Amino acid sequence: MKKLLLSAFLVWCASALAEVPSTVAIRNAKIVTVSGPVIAKGTVIVRGGLIEAVGENVPVPADAWVVDGEGMTVYPGLIDGLSTVGIAGAAPAAAAAGGGGRGGRGTTATPATPATPAAQAAPAERSWGPEDRPQTTSWLLAADEISAGDRRVETVRGAGFTTAVTFPTRGIFGGQGSIIDLVSGEKAAEMILVPAAGQYIAFGRGGGFGGGGGGGFPSSLMGIISYVRQIYLDADHYRLVKEAYAKNPNGMQRPEYDRALEGVLASKRILLPANRLVEIDRMLRFGAELKQPMILYGARDAYLPEAADLLKKANATVLLSLRWPTAPARSPDAEDTDTLRVLEERDKAPTAPAVLQKAGVRFALYSDGQDAPRDFQRAVKKAIDNGLSREDALRALTLSPAEIYGVADRVGSIERGKIANLVLTKGDIFENGTTVVMVFVDGKKYTPAETTAPGGRGAATDDPGNPGGNR
Amino acid sequence: MKKTLLAVLVALAPLCAETIVIQNATVMTVGSKGTFKGSVVVKDGKIAEVGEKVMVPQGATVIDGGGQYLIPGIIDCHSHIAGDGGINEGSVSVSSMVNIRDIINPDDIAIYRALAGGVTTANILHGSANSIGGQTLPLKMRWGKSAQEMIFAGATPGIKFALGENPKRSGNPQGGRGATTTVTARYPATRMGVEDVIREAFNDAKAYKAEWDAYDAQVARGEHPLAPRVDLKLQALKEVLENKRYVHVHCYRADEILMMIRVADDVGFKVRTFQHVLEGYKVAKEIAAHGAGASTFSDWWAYKIEAIDAIPFNATLMMKKGIVVSLNSDDAELMRHLNSEAGKAMKYGGATETEALAMVTLNPAKQLGIDKTVGSIEVGKDADLVLYDSFPLSDFAKVQKVLIDGTVYFDRDKELVAQAAKEAEKKRLIDKEKASQQRTQPVRRPNQ
Repeated sequence: MKKLLLSAFLVWCASALAEVPSTVAIRNAKIVTVSGPVIAKGTVIVRGGLIEAVGENVPVPADAWVVDGEGMTVYPGLIDGLSTVGIAGAAPAAAAAGGGGRGGRGTTATPATPATPAAQAAPAERSWGPEDRPQTTSWLLAADEISAGDRRVETVRGAGFTTAVTFPTRGIFGGQGSIIDLVSGEKAAEMILVPAAGQYIAFGRGGGFGGGGGGGFPSSLMGIISYVRQIYLDADHYRLVKEAYAKNPNGMQRPEYDRALEGVLASKRILLPANRLVEIDRMLRFGAELKQPMILYGARDAYLPEAADLLKKANATVLLSLRWPTAPARSPDAEDTDTLRVLEERDKAPTAPAVLQKAGVRFALYSDGQDAPRDFQRAVKKAIDNGLSREDALRALTLSPAEIYGVADRVGSIERGKIANLVLTKGDIFENGTTVVMVFVDGKKYTPAETTAPGGRGAATDDPGNPGGNR
Repeated sequence: MKKTLLAVLVALAPLCAETIVIQNATVMTVGSKGTFKGSVVVKDGKIAEVGEKVMVPQGATVIDGGGQYLIPGIIDCHSHIAGDGGINEGSVSVSSMVNIRDIINPDDIAIYRALAGGVTTANILHGSANSIGGQTLPLKMRWGKSAQEMIFAGATPGIKFALGENPKRSGNPQGGRGATTTVTARYPATRMGVEDVIREAFNDAKAYKAEWDAYDAQVARGEHPLAPRVDLKLQALKEVLENKRYVHVHCYRADEILMMIRVADDVGFKVRTFQHVLEGYKVAKEIAAHGAGASTFSDWWAYKIEAIDAIPFNATLMMKKGIVVSLNSDDAELMRHLNSEAGKAMKYGGATETEALAMVTLNPAKQLGIDKTVGSIEVGKDADLVLYDSFPLSDFAKVQKVLIDGTVYFDRDKELVAQAAKEAEKKRLIDKEKASQQRTQPVRRPNQ
């Protein structure tokens, strides 16, 4: 019954959205374009889902629905460079970098990091080797998995996100991510900006004598690495054999179709997990060996000058997690303390964005599941408190991820011709307590739930043109 | 405070390789010069001069070894430290596709502790869960360096095999008895099965090698055939067949040692070392005839049934039959006092000082094929040196300084100073964290 109500409601929402005036003018607002200088007081014109004009003295078209931006700031919509939003059933914190088991002999305890779904999801059948393509769904495309009704879309929009690169994250080769615009619509297809954005690789499973719980190969970090290596060797070979067969099938045995390799070959970049310095070093080498365009994600130890050096020298691209390490819960009089290394890591990790910025490393910040408005705001604020400028923080969540994924011609800044993804706030977007007043995605206006009237049904009363579009 | 710490840490950081003279020490070379009182000159990371009287080069740093003992860096032929994410790929019986090289963890504190126990090189092995385990390699304990910088350059890589209880029990929840009733059971569950797995794997490896040899021949003729598929599992075994990879075999019982020799002879490869090899004394002649080394424990046994028939005379008995014998640790703690492990060979079986010391220096170097550059104090070899305050084969000897490639990586005096600074820094960070937690968390009143 509840479900029926909900879907009926969603349909109603969607039909309502279709009535949105196609032209909007935001006047008298401070405009932070990111790509150019800040406009102290100006106007943004949105038409047909695109930014038609932006500037100090832009005439307001007669057919425009006008937003008075007095006292407000307009930012480009934020982009979460690694997320699972829109994929039903995926845990919100799914994108935490599982840097490979830390349980090895002689290693120290891990600061609290959430378990990855890869670690939780038991494969259906025991794998006996790389040939069984264990924990591999490389052929999955997030675009095909998106559910228009995922309620997290609304939540993260409230934090100012208008775009997310969302990934299937189960297993070792999770599948290809898609870049989506966070509209609430009837059809998932409306959300897709770029269907194929890269292959998500995770090293979730830890070690264990004798192979652990019977899940089969691979059961150790070295097993996972050798598996990924074998997959790329196989993919190379598969491609060559297929090409030879396509050229002259006569007299040649046909190559067997391998969907795991098809998925890998179709991916234009790979995302590899690396948190500790040793992992950053390891994965930079591994990515170079695989000869794949690569993004490192996690990068917790990027605050170390050695790490920043390595990344700079390798001309690496980094997605830096906003999930800062925190102290594990202990009773106040507990005798055990963390090692100096772990303490330093917790102390210094939030300086990583500033360190990378200074080192000139190409990086973007991603929520790592911290995408509910308050968590997110607090996490970014911590980076700012630790030396990252507000401008750089904003860029690392807008234009930088857009550039990393090759969509800076469409999103990431407030420029004429780009998609109208905008955030209107009262106060600085990353300041604690600032409220997001309005969000435009593809030119469609949304009002975050917290500012709607109690009762939650809340069509904002100041918005006659968009009843019910405020979910 | 912070500045002091920084200064201490900088002081602690390994000094750059410079010219160093260690004087007035009792030098146990384990080499052609025997044991004598004198000096060793280190230049550009190598041993430049060894003798009772040497010229001190200008600008050289002089370390006074008066009353102290200098020995070659200790080499552990069997260690599992410095690995990330598990050292066993235990899911399959043949895991030769995995490589320790991929998971070296230079931050493992066990490296520093081993270094402080005089170890300068360690053979990092895959675990013993598999009949044929993963690829292995020796590392130098260059604490503070990256994973790549720890790799022993030019050393022949190895592979781990294992016989007996571990490979037959792993993956078999019922310990090999009727284990086939569970879906997750892994073949083999018997010692027969272990032999079969090894033979089958090499049958596959030979077919794989033939395929690649044919391809290489075609390429050599100027043809452009399609390359065969690279199979990482068989590639490692192909390297064994081509003598490019050493086989280190975990074993205990005499019967399976003989089995392994037969299999190796049939297939056509040499076992480089038998590891643990607690019943090696029973089949020492056969091991010597095969040309394999033996790397054993001094007096550690009875931790399982197949380790029951062991004797502390094993090492010296095998040595006397002409086998190159080393004593290994297999353990991060034991690794810190291999010097006293060697001393036990003198008590049990009457090894000489040099013979005993060789079991943790020159002999493991020979077993790993790195004796041209390490293992004894000879001109031209790497300056991997350990300075002890007293006779090094004693339990009471303490390591004072450890050099690798002529660089001081451990210095007891500096370490003691640094520890205090580290503790102070730790306290500062803990206090800072507590303060920030108090700020962010509201005070709870008792009545709430």
